[in-house]
This record gives sequence, structure tokens and C-alpha cells, in this order.
Amino acid sequence: MRQFYIFVRKEFLHIFRDGRSVLILLLMPVIQIILFGFALTNEVKNVKVAIMDPSRDAATTMITERLTAGEYFKPYMMITTEQQADALLRRGEVSLIVNYSDRFRERLMHQGSARVGLTADGTDPNMASSIILYASSIIRSAELDIEAKNLQSGGVAIPNVRLLYNPQMKSSYNFVPGVMGLILMLICAMMTSISIVREKETGTMEVLLVSPVRPIFLILSKAVPYFVLSVVNLTTILLLSVFLLGVPVTGSLFWLVILSMIFIFVSLSMGLLISSIATTQVAAMLISGLVLMMPVMLLSGMIYPVSNMPEILQVIAQFIPAKWYIEAVRKLMIQGLPLNSVVTELSVLVAMAAIYLTASLRSFRDRLQ
Amino acid sequence: MSSDISVEIKGVSKSYSVVKALDNISLSVKKGEMFGLIGPDGAGKSTLFRILTTLILPDSGVATIEGLDVRRDYKSIRRIIGYMPGRFSLYGDLTVDENLSFFASVFNVKVADNYPLIENIFKDIAPFGNRRASRLSGGMKQKLALSCALIHKPSVLFLDEPTTGVDPVSRKEFWQMLERLKTNGITIVVSTSYMDEALLCDRIALIKEGRVLSSNSPRGVIDSYQNKLLAIWGEDMHSLLKELRSYDRIKSVYSFGQEHHIAVDKNLYNTSYIDSLAQKLQQKGVRDFNIKEIAPTIEDCYMEFSANND
Repeated sequence: MRQFYIFVRKEFLHIFRDGRSVLILLLMPVIQIILFGFALTNEVKNVKVAIMDPSRDAATTMITERLTAGEYFKPYMMITTEQQADALLRRGEVSLIVNYSDRFRERLMHQGSARVGLTADGTDPNMASSIILYASSIIRSAELDIEAKNLQSGGVAIPNVRLLYNPQMKSSYNFVPGVMGLILMLICAMMTSISIVREKETGTMEVLLVSPVRPIFLILSKAVPYFVLSVVNLTTILLLSVFLLGVPVTGSLFWLVILSMIFIFVSLSMGLLISSIATTQVAAMLISGLVLMMPVMLLSGMIYPVSNMPEILQVIAQFIPAKWYIEAVRKLMIQGLPLNSVVTELSVLVAMAAIYLTASLRSFRDRLQ
Repeated sequence: MSSDISVEIKGVSKSYSVVKALDNISLSVKKGEMFGLIGPDGAGKSTLFRILTTLILPDSGVATIEGLDVRRDYKSIRRIIGYMPGRFSLYGDLTVDENLSFFASVFNVKVADNYPLIENIFKDIAPFGNRRASRLSGGMKQKLALSCALIHKPSVLFLDEPTTGVDPVSRKEFWQMLERLKTNGITIVVSTSYMDEALLCDRIALIKEGRVLSSNSPRGVIDSYQNKLLAIWGEDMHSLLKELRSYDRIKSVYSFGQEHHIAVDKNLYNTSYIDSLAQKLQQKGVRDFNIKEIAPTIEDCYMEFSANND
């Protein structure tokens, strides 16, 4: 036990003597949360709108007021021609053009339908569709109010859209589970594999192998510090997302932590597996980057929903631990569903942990390859 | 197996894909002996070390350390040997003291237990106990590495090119430390590409391209040299070498530091040989040179044996 303590202590010394890696390890979650939370957001906020209103009657004035009343849209200028609208969009001065038909109120009253054209910049389709969604729902509710005032409602079925669990469509609800998956995977897998491969590269592994130390000892002592750091990071992420981004932990915190621990185990054992394949730190980093990071970012549902992917990618996604973890975190943390809703995810992760751990312990050689 | 043998190697071969690193090597090292593996880079010394330290398996052949088989009993072997690989293999980001106590704990011993053994070596770096190992000079790094390899009081010590890249003063000091270690009864197997260091060993093996050219005491190796050896030096070393190479009564000629060494078959050699050689060279227009008969060094033996081997 004393020996194990000394080994773990040595690993901590390695980490803390290298100021750069401490900084990366502890600041990475903070930076990612802030980046995703405030910079890389799809949220509709202060979007500039140009309005083309040839009728200028009570109805259009009211709709425009409604549209720009909240924090979503800001009126940029009133315009009169299509050419102006084109020019503004092309120069990126506005992101949305609202184009009322002429004699708007009259048509609305007598024909029961008046046209409002919405034009958005489609080069960023995600952003454009959110803008259109927001704008049309505001316009729709304004129209309803107008019709109600005039007692003209002709029994048109209006869809009543509700976004469950995330009524304000905050993107932080989506990316917090993603960032958790990414950071834990990164720290556990990448850092563990690099720290083992570094011993191979510097030749200290050779000396350690020619000693009575049992390999499992060596591996466990490498994993412990990164396990601790991951727990620290997990805490940081949860605190930041609850207090800075206002994402609540609606479900059981206890099971969220247990789930994360299992995911940490999976990531650690993947790191060990990588370390037995790679012989240089650069190779370890590349393998972690290509095999872990890219799929985690692209295929785990962190950025794009898995269900929208081509079938083959969906199949591949099933093998990515982060996909299961992120799904389970969404259910537990955001949706606040009970434990039995994540049984599948939980058991897949446990199975993966078992498989990877066995594979990595088996692939660890007590001789040089 | 006789009990005074510490390391026994029988017919060991090892190939890396197409390269034959070791080709049917057989050697034996006696207990308490300082045994030198002498050969240039790429001769297969490190491969042999890795087999003896149980890091890699031989393709064929048997090797035993203190009667333990490197294939079967590798776990027991790892308890009783000390190994210092060719490159600096300590933790540069840990201090001198941290390195030493870490390697002590690797072998489950306390530094204090075996300190007398390393005291002579460690006392020079002890004042720098809080300095990180990466900031030590080359000679001090070697001392620390040697201390770490000895802290568990091994029976057999394997040192792979310990003096490569170390300044001449530290090299000399290092060999003195090894000499003192021998008095503790530790068997030392050391490799080097510096031929002059061979003389400091009890017995040596000259290795070339994975084969043993000769294995004997340094004296024995030199005595087995079959030729007469001449040294020649002068103004124009280049044309000297060219002329000598075209001369058929010379077995071989090669440059050796400031001079050329000429190996002559003993049967062709007589008292007038030097004069006739000097005459020949003068006829060819070479002036200002000196020739004298010299005693062969280990390096001359190496050149001779490796030429015979080809």
C-alpha cells in the first residue's frame, strides 16, 4: 500500500510540476463552458431586423412592435424596396427581413389571410431556422390577438407548439452534457495515454519493467490522478452550468455522478488501450484526437443529433461511449427523468467499461514489444 | 551448471524483421566479474542487454542469470538485477532525492537500507538533492542513474553504454566507481563503444553485427593478435594511405587517430621490413614520414578480427 501511495504521489508530482498541463487540465472545462455558453451560440438574441411595410396600418404596427419588444429582435431600419432588402442582407447588416403585403389589415380582416414574408440569411441554416421559428411564432400570436379583438376567428386550427424541458430553447441545455462528455473523455483518455507513453518514450518504462513492480500497479497509479482530476472537472462543469448558465440539475444528482464515474472508467480504460498501441507521445495524442475527439464531437449527438445522420453513421455512433453518456446526462440532468429511463445507457456503459478494461489490461505487456 | 557462473548465454539469436540483431551468441560471465561488451553502435549490444534484462525474448537460444531462465523465471530475475539503459532514464521533473526514493520504493526497499553501497557514488550529488534531475550535468546524471540502479543491492548490474556522451573526466571517474562496486561482489556487465575502456574490464567480448568476434580477458584478446603492427605518420596522411593501400605485402591499413596502422602478416615480417617499406614509399615520391613497430590495442584487434570475420 505504501508503494502504491508513492506511485500515485509521483504521478501527481508529474502533473503539478508541469504548469502548462495543470492549466490545461483545470481551465479547459471553464473555457469550453464559457466558449459554448456565450460565443458559439445559436440562440436568437438582438437579431437585427429590417422591415418593409407598405401598408403601415394598425395591424402591421402592432406586429412590428410585438416582434421587436423582447430581447430577440432589434429594428434596424424601415425600407421600401426589395433592392434595399437584398443589399442589407448581402452586406450582413441585418439577419432578417420582414415584408408585409400591402393593405395588410384590410386583407386580414376581410379575406382572413394577409401575407408576411420572412427572409433570412440561409448561409448559416441552423441560425436562420431558429430566427424564422422565433419570428413566425411571435407574428402568429400577434395575428391571433388581432383576430380575437375583431371576433373574426374562423375556426382555423393553430398549432400550439411547446418545447418541453427547454422552453426558452437555450443552447446550453444541449451543450452542457456534450461538454461533460468531451472534457471527461479528453482528460481521462488523452492525458492517461500520454502519461504512460511518455514513460515509454523517455525510457523510464524500461527501468520500471525490469523491476518487481506489477504492471497493474503501474497502470492503476497512472489512472488515479486523472480520475481525481476528472471528478474536479465534473464538479467545475456542474457548478458553472448551474450558477453561470442557469442549467438546472432537474434529475437525481447522485445518479448523475454515478453515471459520470462509469463514463470516466470507460475513458480511462480507452486511454490505457491507446497507450499500449502508441509508442510516442505524438502518436498517442493523434490517436486520441482522431479516434476519440472527432467522433465524440461529431457523432455523439453533441453538435448534430444522431437521429438525423445517415444510417451508417448512426451505427458507428452506437459504439461511441460518449454518445450513450451524453444521452443519459440529457435525460437525467435536463429532462429530470427517473433512473429507469437510463437503464439502457447505463448498462451499455458498464459493458463498455468491462470490455475496454479487460482489453487494455490484456494488451499491457510486461516486456517491450 | 557450475555455481560460479552468473550470466550464461547459449546460442541466442534475435531478428528484427529482416535485420539479424544477434546471430547465435554464446558467452558466459563469472560471478563478481566485470564483463565488457565491446562494439560499435548497431553491433547488437543493446539487444543483448534487453534479452538479459528480460525486456525482450530471444528468437532462439537460452540465457540464464544466476541460474534463472530469462524466458521462464523473468519475474525472479527482475528482483535481483539492476539495469541502467543507454539513454538517461530517470524522471527529469523529479528531484534527485525524489528519484532515488522512488526507485527504492519500486524495489520495496528504503534508501537508508542500502545507502552504504551507493554512498561513494551518491555523496557527490547529495548536496543537489532538491535539484530536478533534468538540470544535472551529464556526469551527475550518470551518478544518479547508477545510484538508482543500485539502491536495491542487485546481484547483477547491467550498464548499457553508461559513458556514451559523458566527458572524459567523468568517464574515468565512472569506471573508478565501477571498480569499487566490484569489491562488493556485484557482477557487472557493461557495454561500451569506447575501445580504450575495454582494458578496465576483467573480461571482454568483441561484438560485430550480432556475432562475437572474440571473448577473453583484454590481455588475452591482445595476445591472440596474429600480425605485426606498424604505425606510420607524416605530412601528407592522405597520399600515404593511398600508397599503402596499393602495396600488396600489407594485410590491412586503416587510419587510427593521428596515424595509420599497418597490419603485416607475421610470416612476411622481418627486421628489414620497415626499411624496405620506407624505400618503396620514397620511390613513389612520398616524403616526411615516420614508421615504427607498435603493440596492438583492443581496437586493432577489433579491426583484425572483424576483417577475418568477413
